[in-house]
Amino acid sequence: MTQALPRNPVERRQHMLFGWGLLTPALLLLTLFAFYPMLATLWSSFFSRGTARRPSVFNGIENYRDLLADPTFWQVLGNNLLYAGVTVPVSIALALGMALWANARIPGRALVRTAFFTPTMLPMIAAANLWLFFYTPGLGLLDHITALFGIGPTNWLGQPGTALWSVMAVTIWKESGFFMLFYLAALQAIPPELQEAARIEGAGRWAYTRRVVLPLLMPTTVFVLINALINSVRLIDHLFILTKGGPDNASKLILYWIWEMAFAYLDQAGAAVLTVLVIAALGLVAALQFVFFDRRIHYR
Amino acid sequence: MAAPSSERFWRIIDTSGAWLLALCWIAPLLFALWAAFHSANAALALDWRAPLILDNFRQAWQAAPWLRYLFNTVILVSLILIGQFTLCTLAGFAFARFQFRGKSLLFALVLLQLFVLPEILIVENYAMVTRLGLFDTPLGMSLPYMASAFGIFLLRQAFMQIPRELEEAARIEGCGWFGVLWRVYVPAAKPIYLAYALVSVATHWNNFLWPLIVTNSSATRPLTVGLSLFGAPESGVNISIVSAATLMAIAPLLIGFLVFQRQFIQAFLRAGIR
Repeated sequence: MTQALPRNPVERRQHMLFGWGLLTPALLLLTLFAFYPMLATLWSSFFSRGTARRPSVFNGIENYRDLLADPTFWQVLGNNLLYAGVTVPVSIALALGMALWANARIPGRALVRTAFFTPTMLPMIAAANLWLFFYTPGLGLLDHITALFGIGPTNWLGQPGTALWSVMAVTIWKESGFFMLFYLAALQAIPPELQEAARIEGAGRWAYTRRVVLPLLMPTTVFVLINALINSVRLIDHLFILTKGGPDNASKLILYWIWEMAFAYLDQAGAAVLTVLVIAALGLVAALQFVFFDRRIHYR
Repeated sequence: MAAPSSERFWRIIDTSGAWLLALCWIAPLLFALWAAFHSANAALALDWRAPLILDNFRQAWQAAPWLRYLFNTVILVSLILIGQFTLCTLAGFAFARFQFRGKSLLFALVLLQLFVLPEILIVENYAMVTRLGLFDTPLGMSLPYMASAFGIFLLRQAFMQIPRELEEAARIEGCGWFGVLWRVYVPAAKPIYLAYALVSVATHWNNFLWPLIVTNSSATRPLTVGLSLFGAPESGVNISIVSAATLMAIAPLLIGFLVFQRQFIQAFLRAGIR
């Protein structure tokens, strides 16, 4: 975007023609499935829920007021914030640990790396099916393990205290290996001389990791963080298998609730308001990246 | 300086830690593999001496049209990939090689989609697909993903790094803009296309929410949606059969990944580090 328009008028017209022409098919689809839907969502969030007998009418910010007055909204929002607050840092920390190990000189490194990354290749639905096994009350693997410590059977997915945490475990399992990959690439880009220099300076292993490696991994951490934040809104497939948002909304996340409102309760107005709020939140994440973090990520 | 004995100590710690975590990470998959070959009672009772059986696979296979689902998934990911390659190549080329009014604004609009993913807009996108008469069709399932901001961005970056001199040579041979794109830019960006293809296929092979919403029959449903219907507790199948079905559903991509592991990992890195 730094380059100026061509001086020559013929060339300038040609650039205009080709530029817009080549973009037309993509812009058409983006308009149909991104720009227009965004505006339509905003628009319909100002209309009441229509029924067969009462058509929907414009009611300003009434829907927003209703949603904010709904205790379920605050519960689901709280769930999603907790979900993000736990899965994002835990999977980033695990990813970092995995990458350090998968990069260390240990026997069977390739196998270890494969084991870490494999969950990433599974559909969330399949991951949920695998984990159902662990969570089966009384019979699942998890209860076999807790029984060793004298803890009785637990209905991991069926009680409000544990349902969301069980869902989070699956997310962390699925995501860490993916984020590991980016750390691994960054680690391999660190010149080995640095470690040699640190060793000569008498820096121990911990000092080297904390003072040299971690700062060098900062850009990767920012990239992973942004992706993890987006995923904390997006990754909800496993809810369909594990808890369906229950019990009593204890494990319900926003996108799942949007799906439920729109396609199970047919409450288009409520779904639209929620979608607007999600878009606003994601816009905030985007702004965060553009304003505070590395601008070069996009304008290199 | 670290003494050799402390180095050995750390090596043992590292190795056992890494192996322990790796074992934990792969355990769900190994356990499902074991359960799929045993009766549900034996699996839940953790009876390690129970006999191996294939019955779970037979029952799971007969309970749903898996081949049809697999076929649908293949069609879905192929359609998306063809669409993405075409649209993102054209758009990436426009952003990389042409100077025109409104370009910065358009680019910012495209990048917006990196954050507002199609999943978020399920309600309006569903309405749009229905309006276009594409509900429950492979095209309806794939259209929202074709103009991928990620792909446009990736190919723009790739095209921008290609030296202009290559282009001059093709021009002397009489190539127009499309000739240059096809003969110079596309071949030079081949590794990026491969990387993008692997990431796209893996992503859409596993995609669930959008296909769930816009499909309504087993003639279009992909594997993920089929698997979710199959595993639902209401369907009354036991855990061993669910494991068998899950393994069957993930086998094609998983085997592909294990065989081409290096390429997959390279692809994710190439596509991810921008």
